[in-house]
Amino acid sequence: MSDATHATAAERNALVRLWQRGSKIDPRYLIAFLITLVLAAAQLRYQMVGGYDRLVLALAVCTATEALLSWFDRGKIVNLLSAYISGISLTLLIKPQGGALWPFALGGFLAISSKYVLRYRDNHLWNPTNFAITALLLAAPDRVSVLSHQFGNDMATNLVIWIFGLVIAARVGVLHITLTYVASFLLLNTARAAALGQPVLPEIAPITGPMYQLFVFFMITDPRTVVRGRRRQIVVAVLIALMETLIRFASDKGWPLPTAFNAAPAFLALAIVGPIAKWLDLRRLRYK
Amino acid sequence: MPHRPRPAVRRAIIAVPFLAAILLAMRLDGGPSRAVADAAHPGFVLRDETAAAGIHFVHHRPTFDPKIAGIEPHVAALGASVSVADFDGDGRPDLYFTNSRFGEPNALYRNKGDGTFEEVAASAGLADLNRPGEGVSMGAVWGDFDNDGREDVLVYRYGYLALFRNVDGRHFEDVTAQAGLHRWVNSNGAIWLDYDHDGLLDLYVTAYFRSDIDLWHLTTTRIMHNSFEFATNGGKNLLFHNLGGGKFEDVTDKMGVGSTRWSLAAASADFNGDGWPDIYLANDYGPEELYLNDRGRRFVLTTAGLESESKSGMSVALGDAYNRGRLDAFVTNISERGYLFQNNNLRLNEMPEAGRFRNVAEGEIADAGWAWGSQFGDLNNDGANELFVANGFISADRQKSYWYAMSKIAGANGRFFEDAATWPPFGNASLSGYERSRVYLNRGVAGWVDVAKKVGVTDLYDGRAVALADLSNRGAVDVIVANQNQPAVLYRDYPDSTRHWIAFRLVGTRSNRSAIGAEVVLESGDLRQRRIVDGGSGFASQNDRRLHFGLGVREWVDRVVIYWPSGTRQILPRPPIDRFVTVTEPER
Repeated sequence: MSDATHATAAERNALVRLWQRGSKIDPRYLIAFLITLVLAAAQLRYQMVGGYDRLVLALAVCTATEALLSWFDRGKIVNLLSAYISGISLTLLIKPQGGALWPFALGGFLAISSKYVLRYRDNHLWNPTNFAITALLLAAPDRVSVLSHQFGNDMATNLVIWIFGLVIAARVGVLHITLTYVASFLLLNTARAAALGQPVLPEIAPITGPMYQLFVFFMITDPRTVVRGRRRQIVVAVLIALMETLIRFASDKGWPLPTAFNAAPAFLALAIVGPIAKWLDLRRLRYK
Repeated sequence: MPHRPRPAVRRAIIAVPFLAAILLAMRLDGGPSRAVADAAHPGFVLRDETAAAGIHFVHHRPTFDPKIAGIEPHVAALGASVSVADFDGDGRPDLYFTNSRFGEPNALYRNKGDGTFEEVAASAGLADLNRPGEGVSMGAVWGDFDNDGREDVLVYRYGYLALFRNVDGRHFEDVTAQAGLHRWVNSNGAIWLDYDHDGLLDLYVTAYFRSDIDLWHLTTTRIMHNSFEFATNGGKNLLFHNLGGGKFEDVTDKMGVGSTRWSLAAASADFNGDGWPDIYLANDYGPEELYLNDRGRRFVLTTAGLESESKSGMSVALGDAYNRGRLDAFVTNISERGYLFQNNNLRLNEMPEAGRFRNVAEGEIADAGWAWGSQFGDLNNDGANELFVANGFISADRQKSYWYAMSKIAGANGRFFEDAATWPPFGNASLSGYERSRVYLNRGVAGWVDVAKKVGVTDLYDGRAVALADLSNRGAVDVIVANQNQPAVLYRDYPDSTRHWIAFRLVGTRSNRSAIGAEVVLESGDLRQRRIVDGGSGFASQNDRRLHFGLGVREWVDRVVIYWPSGTRQILPRPPIDRFVTVTEPER
């Protein structure tokens, strides 16, 4: 065996060891790493955050709320990593009118407190960030919008985030959810475009943007709010994409929906389908 | 651990602030920024006297190559401009409006001095500028480039630049070719400035679409922005140095000012107080840019805090927002309920001490809608600048909004975004249409409050350019708005008559004759305010170059300091108020 072959084998073994070691890490740390990577790329390359005050505020409110409510509800302060993830997600996704800071404070509080209020059989039903953003969009459309940025026209940034995201999703065991949703989105919206006689590209273009990256890597794959079982998770991912397609179809037809449905159909679809699926899942387990 | 309530009770307790937070969000949606406590007595009214003044100009938008028919309403949504100049030298400001469809004439309204205007563009030779092969007008900017005492004009187009020399105060001759300015530039803006202090007006032209694009004969549909936030594939801005003798030289690369960031507007002033005029750019789909003038030898692009918020800059207005003796910048952007809050920027000039601008826009002033031209002006003569902001992008079918379609393409990767063929077809949809203009009353530290409805500004036209001028020489700042594909509007200003004012007409000698770039600082008791002679500002507009200061109840001016572009500093002690004061630059 040549030296080169030995070297290749050694490198492969190192990668395998790294992969195996990664499987022992708490998934939340991997997710926290990924969202920190997205935040860093968004801010350092594109100043996407819009001010560190909002980042500090969102993180402070999320972690403080988590600490306080977990102590009050469970008698102990839980790991604050998920609050950290919510805080960063909200910072990236909320774009308020006039640089207002209150949406980050209220959004952070709503995200975390929803986990303690909207529960069924000791589980929360909504992804916290998804709930907070949906609630703000519906309650305060004159003051709050969602991320519309893209990562410039820089394919490299997109690729880095997609690659890291896919690897971590695989490591966390939710890659099938991400891929199912992406495939469903492409298929269903291609079909919608065909049904409406519209060009396909504009209909599938949104999935190339950062808002969807945050959606597919941090919201629909949230381990605490997905249903149990790989097959069911796949079905739910398809249903979320289907609901989004229906919302978009309604927007295409000009149906009088609240602006939130037109501006953030993916978030609304998850906010509708996710909790129902989770509730049915928990209910099914109860009677099993 | 003390006794804890049961889980259901605990959840109920948490639910109280949870529900309160949702209700609070709903309450804040109607929010404190809608308060109009001080709006009851703004101290002025604006009356639409367009028809009475004899102004009947209607802008017509262009039509382009059918290859981009799907989004033509978007691409053809610019071109309504208005600029102010006393072209006939009779002491009364005249108005020039541009049109943007082949065959539709531009309009030059001569101020007759009795409150009415007569349209003289055809006889002046400034009407027939929208022709196949040459392009369509997007705006105009006036300046005495040959220092002969008569105001000349540059018309920028989607097409060839056109420079006209004022022959005798009534007629103009096309001197574009002789001047070396026969260049195809898809431009939405230009300014005059004397960047090298040689006493001759130089020209900075902003470019929007690339200059190799002929919008009537497209070879590709990949003509749009390559990013919604950080586009860099626009036309290259150009700087022309005035060599004298009616000739200009392209010094863009030499001076380092060839931004390709889809500039929509430019303004020039000495922001950092080093005595040399700098250039401030409002860029569509990108961050603003500031080019600092290094003693006329080159320009240096500096961040100055402008890079932190990438938006869609539409216009840049210069004014002393809080009477600090500084020229601040107001840059308009896009806001649309539920979709996008880019927010306008009110950037306080902290260049001399901190090397940066600080954005302090919040509340009402941050969100005007899809905002275009804006200008600072003391509409109520109280000694503080108000802000007039024109709004609205495309008004078509009220029941159809393009925003949903826009949200699909805007969030996509740049490769999709730059191809016009990828955009969803516009059809007859509106896009931030039927928005009213805003008139922000300056309440100092109490903030700005919109008094548009109160003072009489209620039109829903798609406003583009805004220019301010004292059209009747009566100590009031009238507002002229050029609307896209719609009639122009003249709002006469009627400020509280008990308030005083003073205005200055500057005549350069060592500096350029138009005195463009001269800055005036007025001091009256606690009032200290700076203004600049306008070589083009806002969006596709140019104000009356005479500088109007409101004084409120102050009955005298302590002194006036004039900073001429030549470097001369002139002090006027106790000038008379409630009148126009003509100041000629001292020879030494």
